[in-house]
Formats: sequence, C-alpha cells, structure tokens
Amino acid sequence: MLKYTIKRVLMLIPTIIGITLFIYLIMSLVPGDPAELLSPPEATAAEVQALRVEMGLDKPILVQYLNYMWDILHGDFGVSWFTQQPVADEILHRMPYTLTLGVYSTIIASLISIPLGTLTAVKHNTWIDYVLTFLCLVFAAMPNFWLGIILQINLSLNTGWLPAYGMGTPAHYVLPVIAVCASSVANNIRSTRTWVLDVIRSDYVRTARAKGASEFVVIMKHALRNALLPIITGFGSSFAGVLGGSVVIETVFAIPGISTYLTSAVKTRDMPIIMGSILVISVFVGVVNLLVDLMYSVIDPRVKYE
Amino acid sequence: MKAKSAVGKEGANFKISRKGRYKLIWMRYKRNKLAMLGLIVLAAMLLAILTAPLYLDYNRAITQNISAAFTGPGQDGYLFGTDQFGRDLLARVIYGGRISLGAGLATVAISFVGGVILGGVSGYFGGKIDNIIMRICDMLMAIPGTMLAMAIVAALGAGLDKLLISLAIVTIPGNARTVRAAIMNLRNAEFIEAARCYGTRNARIIFVHLLPNILGPLIVTTFMSLGTIILCIASMGYLGIGVQAPTPEWGSIISENQSNIRYFPYLGTIPGLFIMISVLSLSFIGDGLRDALDPKMKN
Repeated sequence: MLKYTIKRVLMLIPTIIGITLFIYLIMSLVPGDPAELLSPPEATAAEVQALRVEMGLDKPILVQYLNYMWDILHGDFGVSWFTQQPVADEILHRMPYTLTLGVYSTIIASLISIPLGTLTAVKHNTWIDYVLTFLCLVFAAMPNFWLGIILQINLSLNTGWLPAYGMGTPAHYVLPVIAVCASSVANNIRSTRTWVLDVIRSDYVRTARAKGASEFVVIMKHALRNALLPIITGFGSSFAGVLGGSVVIETVFAIPGISTYLTSAVKTRDMPIIMGSILVISVFVGVVNLLVDLMYSVIDPRVKYE
Repeated sequence: MKAKSAVGKEGANFKISRKGRYKLIWMRYKRNKLAMLGLIVLAAMLLAILTAPLYLDYNRAITQNISAAFTGPGQDGYLFGTDQFGRDLLARVIYGGRISLGAGLATVAISFVGGVILGGVSGYFGGKIDNIIMRICDMLMAIPGTMLAMAIVAALGAGLDKLLISLAIVTIPGNARTVRAAIMNLRNAEFIEAARCYGTRNARIIFVHLLPNILGPLIVTTFMSLGTIILCIASMGYLGIGVQAPTPEWGSIISENQSNIRYFPYLGTIPGLFIMISVLSLSFIGDGLRDALDPKMKN
C-alpha cells in the first residue's frame, strides 16, 4: 500500500513536467515576445534587448524551461510580468477559496447524487425515474455560469437572502456551490443509476431477495455496496470537473480564487501566472485521483495494491 | 470485406443489405420520440443559423443604435428585443450561433479525425508507440479541460482559429482512448487475421476493416462530446477568451448583458435557452443513436 502510494506520487512528476513543457513549447512557437510586449512603445531596440536579457528570454527555450523548473523546485514560481508580484504568494492566498469551493461541491454532489441515483434505479421506469432523469438532462445541459447568474439575481439581488459577491462567511459559499455542483450532480445521478441498475439485476441480489431480506437491506447492503466502486471512480473525475467549472463560477461570484487569477492572466498573457496556476491545479487533481484510488481498498477489500 | 471476397452478384446483395441496416437503425431511432424531437429542434436551429444572411442583416447584430436600447421582445419589429446598445438580440443570437454551434461542430470534426488517427495507430500497433501516445493523452487529461484550453489560448493568442486548436487539443485524448479501446478489442478478431493473411496493408486494415466496425460507439461518443464542447465554448466566451468583441457568441452575449439581466431578464434568458436547448437536443440525439445502433445497450 505504502509502496503503491509512493509510486503513484512519483508518477505525478512526469505529468507535471509534460504539461509545463507543453505550454512552454507552444508559447515559443508564437511570434512576438514578452520583452516587446512589456517595453513602452518609445523604447529603443537596445532597451528591449536589455529587458530580454534581464528576463532570461535571450536563452534557448529549453534552457529557459529548465531554469523555470529549477526555480519551482525552490518554491519560486517567478513574478507576474505586469505587476511584478510573486506568483507563489498570490497562489497561496487564493488556493484556499478554490479548494474549499471544490471540496464542498464534490462532497455535496455525492451526498445528493448517490441517494437520488439509487432511488431512480430502484424506482426504474416509474414517474419518479422519468422526472428525475429529465431534470438531470436539463441541469447537465445548462451552462453553469447561466445558472449562477439566475441564482444570483433571484436568491440574492432581488430578495437579499444570500450574499451575491465575494467570500467570507459560510453563506457566501451557498450559491457558488449550487452553481458548480449542479451539472456534476446531474451527471452523477445518471451514472449511479446505471451502475445500481446493473447490480440490481444480478444473481446475488435475486438470491438476497429470495432468502427474504428486506428491500432496504437488499439495496443498501447488497446492491449499493457493490455498485459503489465505479461510482466513487466517477466522483474522482468529477472533482476535476468541479475545478474546471469553478473557472467561470469564480468570475460570476467575484471569488478571489485561483481561477479568477488564471482568467485575468490569460487575457494579458501573463505566462508565469498561467504556468503556476495550471501546475498547482494539476497537482491537486492528481492528489485527489490518488486518494480515490486508495479508497478502493477501503470500500472493496478485494482490491489489493502491489 | 465480405463484398471484396464475393463475386459481382453477391456484391450487389451486400449493398442492399447495408441499405437495409441503415433503414433498420433509422426505424429504431424514429421510435424514440425525444430523440426525434432533439433532431428536429437541432436541424431547425442549424437551418436558421446557416441561412441567416438570406433573411437577417449582420449589421443589425453589431451596429449600435442607442435610441432603440432595451426595446422589449416583440416590440418595434425586434422579435427578441434589443440590448443596452440597441443591437438586435435576434440577430446577435442567430449570428452568435454560427460561432457557438459552428465552432463546436468544427472542433468535433477535428477531434474525431485526430482521435481516430492517434487511437487507431495506438490500438493497432501497440507497444512503444502506444505507450508514448497514451502517456501524452494521460498528461493532457490530468488538467480540467476548460483550464487547459484557456492556457493554450493564452499561449497562442486570441482568435477563432486558436480557440478551435485549443479545444481540439483538449478533446482529442478522450476520443483517442475510446478508439484505442475499441480497436484493441477487435485487433485479434478472426476477420482481421484473415485480412492480414491476404497481405493487406496496415493502413487499409485500420481504415477499411477496423474502423467501420467501431463507428457506432464512436459516433455516439462524438455526439455526446459535442454538447460538452458547446458548453466549454460558451464558458470561454463568457470569460471573454477566444472570440473578440463585437463578434457575438452565446456565452459572450450573456456576459456583456450581465449587469442588465436583473432588470431586462430576456437579455439573459434567450441566449441561455439557446445554449441549453442545443445541448439538450444533442444529448437526446446521442441517447437515441446509442439505442438505435446497439439495442443491447438499452436499459
């Protein structure tokens, strides 16, 4: 188990190297460089060149990349091209908002969608199943920022029940969490339904019913327990989905998280910020997927790691 | 393949039976009312968008006419009303659909081809090349799609073509994996072995013998992914990344009107509904296609 964990953690490293190298290489393909972008229009060619040397942009792209990674290893994510603020500090300040939003959304999504998904499977082909399935399709088709704006106007601006913007109190999380997790709840209900339906038709569930077990015991102990493994796998990938969804939602609700940082940096092409944010996000997604993998053996003792 | 080994007369028979197969799929598809509804709605939407220049002047979508600002839907000949600059919302939504749906379709086409080539090579040859391609795909799939697309757009610069490239890079890995898994299932089937014994070239085996057999599930996943891509384009439009103002796009129409939606709800409802209905239609069509192509999978 420990060996497996260490192996998985080590496997994150090539992923991170690959992603950062990939973005670095694309950047080098594009004409025009940041030194020209950052110099005032009246700057002479010599001044631009001086800035280029100062930023280390005169070196070959691979050398630049190695320097960047070397700094990362020392906890230095570089400084923003425009504000000269250290990227690492900013990410440290912003990370908690994005992570809490992501973790709350994933947990609440599971709490809602496992019971409802099981319900739709148990009530297969009844009106409950049809209504819930249709609602799921509608919510999955809804752009999450649109849902966010609708919630913001109706539950906050027009009624004053909940805060509309920013972060601070727990009440600030209510609307963003709903907007972020709506589509993953919808998708997870559908996948839970499929998996539970699969199990409900199996022989051992029929046996359990035949020996006279109550319907509740059959569903909770025999069906759901066995369907849980693929369901949990789905939630691991939905954490990545939730983080992706938070990109827009943070802008809608003006949350000072990583995603708003990334969004504003994309508009100004502030590369150190983009690289830093993507790097941190991919580490978190990797760690969550690892945790999901490790949970397998808790849920299903048959799973063994080498 | 059967047709190839058969003599002329039987070849003709094969053609008829293939026609029959499509007819059967269409009959099964027609039985699904929601799928038919989705198909009709999407077709109507595409038709309205593609023929837009015939009945709607593009200038109505981008020319500002402050005196007509905030005209309600249905008034003064503005079916969907006007926005804060007096631009016709109907024209903006219709021409916006050319970007939203058009870019979505183009991305799906690119990622379909890319996924088939990469996944086909990976699944058919296996070994080292499979390992390399799959590791790169894993790597790209480790980051939330919208974020990766944003980072690539940032590196490449703004513009519709760059948006397409970035979305294709984000969606190709998933397609490649689907194709690879399907091909690996079939790779050692007897009819492939027979084709190999004939001395058929690898490319021909992949494209003529393997691909037609996995086309069904591939089309279904492609249709399903189109909805996700449309949502992704709308999100990026909302954030102002990709397409530049004043070009309308469904997501950017919502963001530019955001501060007015509270007082003029139609400005948010109409473009939002267009996104939702097109994605919903696509998921109905995808479900219908899946059941029609493979009745066994229905539950």
